[in-house]
Amino acid sequence: MLNLDTSQVTLSREEMERFSRHLILPEVGLEGQKRLKAGKVLCIGTGGLGSPLLLYLAAAGVGRIGIVDFDVVDVSNLQRQVIHGTSWVGKPKVESAKNRILEINPYCQVDVYNTALKADNALELFANYDVIVDGTDNFPTRYLVNDACVLTGKPNVYGSIFRFEGQATVFNYEGGPNYRDLYPEPPPPGLVPSCAEGGVLGILPGIIGLIQATETVKILLGIGTTLSGRLLLYDALKMSFRELKLRKNPDTPPITRLIDYEQFCGIPQARAEEQAEIPEITVDELKAWMDAGKDFVLVDVRNPNEWELGRIPGAHLIPLPQIENGDGVEQVRRLLNGSELVVHCKSGVRSAKALKILKAAGIEGKNLRGGILAWAEAYDPSIPKY
Amino acid sequence: MATKILIPAPLRPYTDNLEAVEIEGSSVGEVMRNLVTRYSELKRHLYTEDGKLRNFVNVYLNDEDVRNLAQGDDTPVGEEAVISIVPAIAGGW
Repeated sequence: MLNLDTSQVTLSREEMERFSRHLILPEVGLEGQKRLKAGKVLCIGTGGLGSPLLLYLAAAGVGRIGIVDFDVVDVSNLQRQVIHGTSWVGKPKVESAKNRILEINPYCQVDVYNTALKADNALELFANYDVIVDGTDNFPTRYLVNDACVLTGKPNVYGSIFRFEGQATVFNYEGGPNYRDLYPEPPPPGLVPSCAEGGVLGILPGIIGLIQATETVKILLGIGTTLSGRLLLYDALKMSFRELKLRKNPDTPPITRLIDYEQFCGIPQARAEEQAEIPEITVDELKAWMDAGKDFVLVDVRNPNEWELGRIPGAHLIPLPQIENGDGVEQVRRLLNGSELVVHCKSGVRSAKALKILKAAGIEGKNLRGGILAWAEAYDPSIPKY
Repeated sequence: MATKILIPAPLRPYTDNLEAVEIEGSSVGEVMRNLVTRYSELKRHLYTEDGKLRNFVNVYLNDEDVRNLAQGDDTPVGEEAVISIVPAIAGGW
């Protein structure tokens, strides 16, 4: 059980009324509510996972909440990031979240860190909190959160989502396993698409985020059985929960210091390799080619549902999975017939993948840098930025 | 005897979008080998070139990581066995 000092914590009459449904639960009671108020929780990210869990941690009476995020609210966030409202679009997420938290519970102390979590600030930040909640969206930050939790001895309440599926557990709690026991290494960049590329059901992070909030509150209260040592898998389409055993792996090397996580996840290497391997074309160059009537073929490798949202004039739709299974490669070959090839997707990741496969089949082409998003920005405001 | 294998969303493009497949085999290892023979695209996502399971993918027999089983890949699969493939996912935003 976490060592929380409640000797100096008092609850006012208004707080007693506010938290009365907790106070009458024997498992929480006045002492438990004081533990929540004495508790300090740091949430990394105020996105899909961070949004719902922060709302409930604030409502539950957690006394101090730190939030780390460098991003601003974008209109495409609002489908799932329920802590942010329409009037906050364009403003820092941490400020938006703080405003909402204080509206829910003015007794909460909110610390905002409008910055990216990095190896050079993580340990210092984590040291001030009792529980760390991982609501990030990329592998480098997940390994950083994990390692910093291990080094500072903090529990890491983990959740992660993909399309309709989610995972949740508690790492590094009371001698239990950590993220590296589950996955010693990250997948190579681009293998698993991000939510921005792969999409996500807006409600999914609500479910997973609230499982994280539940685990956080249980850890602060010291009640129940946490997910430590168990990986919970959730499938929204089947509406099923499954549980897998998670153990410490004796082969996991000990974590002794923070490292360069971008490097560890192969990001700079992949970027350099890709640039060396796949030539790019900018949207301005593409526009110039179009205006000059140059002979080229433009292939869009997004999915048909993305194609419906908007397209670049003259593009041919050949989704990446078709190129991966080989049919698309032959379609491209037939289309080309001696012309030059330009490939695009939403932002350039999938098109680079497609071009690698095409190259292996002897077809060279250029990747549209920044994808249709860059095109929309420069030449066609009617295409929604999705 | 066929064993049910649950395929996670990120890998379904390589199994004709099926979320579960039934594969013959008497041990976990044999079932997995038959799986990547039937769906050859899956192979490079699950295994390294020298045939080792990749570090960001776990395979479970029922609720236990196959690497934690005394017999590992040679563990026999019973009638009701379910194999799960669970890759690392990072989304949260």
